[in-house]
Amino acid sequence: MAWILLGLVVLLVLWYIGIYNSLISLRNQVKNAWSQIDVQLKRRHDLIPNLVETAKGYVKHERDTLENITKARATAMQASGAAAAGKAEGELSSAISKFMLVVENYPDLKANQNFLALQEELASTENKVGFSRQFYNDAVLRFNTKTETFPSNIVANMFAFKKSEFFEVQVAAEREAPKVQF
Amino acid sequence: MWETIQSNKRKSAAMIVLLASVLMLLGYAIGAAINPSAGVLGVLVAMVIWVVLTLTAFSAGEKVLLASAGAREVKHQDAPQLFNLVEEMKIASGLPAMPRVFIMDSDVPNAFAVGLKPERAAVAVTTGLLARLNRDELQGVIAHELGHIANRDTLFMTLAGVMVGAIIILADVFMRSLWYRGGSRRSSSKGGGQAQAIMALVAIVVAILAPLLAQILYFACSRKREYLADASAAQFTRYPDGLASALEKISAVKPGALKVNKAVSPMFIVNPLAAAGSGGSLFSTHPPTADRIRVLRGMGKNASLAAYEEAFRSAHKGSGLIGARDLTGSVEGESRVAAAAAANPAAQWRSARDLMQQVNRFVVLPCACGLKIKLPPDFKGTSLDCPRCGTRHEVPLAELAAASVALEAAGKK
Repeated sequence: MAWILLGLVVLLVLWYIGIYNSLISLRNQVKNAWSQIDVQLKRRHDLIPNLVETAKGYVKHERDTLENITKARATAMQASGAAAAGKAEGELSSAISKFMLVVENYPDLKANQNFLALQEELASTENKVGFSRQFYNDAVLRFNTKTETFPSNIVANMFAFKKSEFFEVQVAAEREAPKVQF
Repeated sequence: MWETIQSNKRKSAAMIVLLASVLMLLGYAIGAAINPSAGVLGVLVAMVIWVVLTLTAFSAGEKVLLASAGAREVKHQDAPQLFNLVEEMKIASGLPAMPRVFIMDSDVPNAFAVGLKPERAAVAVTTGLLARLNRDELQGVIAHELGHIANRDTLFMTLAGVMVGAIIILADVFMRSLWYRGGSRRSSSKGGGQAQAIMALVAIVVAILAPLLAQILYFACSRKREYLADASAAQFTRYPDGLASALEKISAVKPGALKVNKAVSPMFIVNPLAAAGSGGSLFSTHPPTADRIRVLRGMGKNASLAAYEEAFRSAHKGSGLIGARDLTGSVEGESRVAAAAAANPAAQWRSARDLMQQVNRFVVLPCACGLKIKLPPDFKGTSLDCPRCGTRHEVPLAELAAASVALEAAGKK
């Protein structure tokens, strides 16, 4: 009888350890995914001065549009936390996509090799931001589900695992893929 | 995705064990047929064949497969869009490292992935694929290939393929040896050999059935993994129509065989050895392309694994692919809208060919008439006439020599 009880206790402890470890690995996934978004956002911030510099000479009448991009970039670089960053980055995205629409009126700029290369890089970085956000949100969903559902919620509550924040996009226009010509 | 990988791992382990038992059984039957006490020896021989084949497969690995397909590595500066697409899908799939990117010089549109470990993966696409697909379609194809790597298909299909290979070799050697030994044994065998005769008969039956069974199992598994990679691609890109339209374009092209190793063919986007769109037989690595397109097109507004499963069910009269239990970890995903604009086909062909020539270190010889003559590094001769205006040019021998050296260095890396 005692042996059976002991066996049960051992099983319970093993099961407990298993759940704890899976919670930890899910949380690490969320952390990794977040740093991945950071990398891509930073890359986008780095591309923008280049873009503005290249375009400046061609689009003399669109000073406002370019200034908006620069301003949105500065705000986005200072934002901290998933919610605030989501809002600022969303605004930066819509500023960029507005500019890309304007570009259609400047055939000289569209023919510039340097600009074309930048355009591909920017479009791809935009996608990478999107995909890393997608992966981050998937990871958050998996982690949050695990912390909320029975029986793993017992372990999660004991060790005070906190739910993670989703990376929401605030601007409706950003939900659509970037409208960039290739 | 992680849940699917877990369940894949379990099922794969079960299948490997099954194949291993078939191999051991075959070894035992053959051993016992030769000498009643040699059954265990037969098992040992079977294991030795298996270990040797596995070691060869693992030591040769990616390098040999890529080299045998004539693939050349490209970097970001050579092919920015292709490289970016692979990076985008690397992020979406959550792979731990950036796969290396290769291109193959072939007009046949196809692509494949290798890499026993996700940390050391590689993707290769043909110039024919680059020339035909737009950005969204190419993204779908790359996502399918990275899906193979993320689902560990590359590792599993290599392991299973080696096992099937060992079974085929063992059975083949035994059947051949029967013809060889047949004459000599007739004179020595007497009444006491009756049990052995039965054993020999059993061994023959096993030797005929085992390779068939192993191959049917292997191909069925490969086809299932193609569907799974399609499902992963839809989930990564959130755009199943991209892959569907890529498959439509690929299957519309008159099929041509690619020079590839048979062992890699499960890793291609469409079967490189058979006619496109055909297949659907028991001995095909890929499901019929039309069927894959129908499932992808049936996914509608949602791009999650659950949506793929549902589309699969409705296309196959209710039989499922993944199984309800594995869908608990599946993530909702709304499909996005098309991003790529229509491309200029002629320009796309030109840039795909230019890319291959650049990677192959072709030397450009500009002519006064405006034509750019491109010479391969192994060009023989000291002068040539411009094909358009007929002007005679001296061949830049020093440049060609430098190009061959660079090409060789790139191949060795």
